[in-house]
Amino acid sequence: MASKTINPTRMELTRLKGRLRTAVRGHKLLKDKRDELMRQFMDMVRKNRQLRKKVEEGLAGANAALAVASAVMSPEMLQQALLYPKQGVELDMELKNIMSVYVPVYSFKTRTADSADIYPYGFAQTSGELDDALSALSSVFQDMLELAQAEKTTQLLAEEIEKTRRRVNALEYVMIPELQTNIRFISMKLEENDRSTKVRLMKVKEMVLQDAHNYQY
Amino acid sequence: MYKIAVLGEKESVIGFSALGLSVFPVEDQQQAHDTFRALTHDQSYAIIYVTETWYDCLHEQIEKYKDSVTPAVILIPGSGGTLGLGQSALDAAVERAVGANII
Repeated sequence: MASKTINPTRMELTRLKGRLRTAVRGHKLLKDKRDELMRQFMDMVRKNRQLRKKVEEGLAGANAALAVASAVMSPEMLQQALLYPKQGVELDMELKNIMSVYVPVYSFKTRTADSADIYPYGFAQTSGELDDALSALSSVFQDMLELAQAEKTTQLLAEEIEKTRRRVNALEYVMIPELQTNIRFISMKLEENDRSTKVRLMKVKEMVLQDAHNYQY
Repeated sequence: MYKIAVLGEKESVIGFSALGLSVFPVEDQQQAHDTFRALTHDQSYAIIYVTETWYDCLHEQIEKYKDSVTPAVILIPGSGGTLGLGQSALDAAVERAVGANII
């Protein structure tokens, strides 16, 4: 790793030491970020799992009820009954910041406040099973919305955790060791230079003394 | 203001229209592709529910929107009951974050 040509100078050494300090600090911060993200992520996954189970059960029930309804009614009648919905849903989305990941928070508004407005048909010509199916659907809808929120959050957090984990690993196993080897290399080189200068000076001193006084050690 | 779309086979999505969601029944793969593309290009849909039966032919397109905030593409069981694909999508997210499936 130290094969790259680096200048064994004091200036380079100071620069590398500064970079190492930044890298170590960044590594610590990113590690903390990763741990916290992971904690939030695990909570979210747990919540997601519960919601999915609930939604799947709810939808299975609603679908069964709908199947019964379509068995009792003719397809044309069913279609006609649901042709023009009375109720409307408007979705509002806000962004929440979890450890610098922006995740959506949904809230929804129905067009009319009356909960009976999910039945857009007259009761005379439709079967009661259809009513059951629709009320089952509307009760599972709130959970579906929460599921969407939880699932999107999980996906976004997963992406961020993956990125952060890569960064932490790159710093820990590549950047920091490389900087440390380079610093060691430079300080070794500088010490070596020091020693050779010292030896040269001693040698020169000896020669000068010998010249001046015929001095012998 | 955003809207919510439901895409899937007719029998399982028709009920959602009464709740006021936008419903898109599809019958073949080409139609599913086109509808999904139209829905994602239209910026007004924040959530798109797709029934698991159509995941097979749409998963490449769904994959593309995994990392963007909108739209959220969520799998729901179709009229044939759950296939467990939504669960495996969650497992994939865990695997991606942790590097191994720990649950």
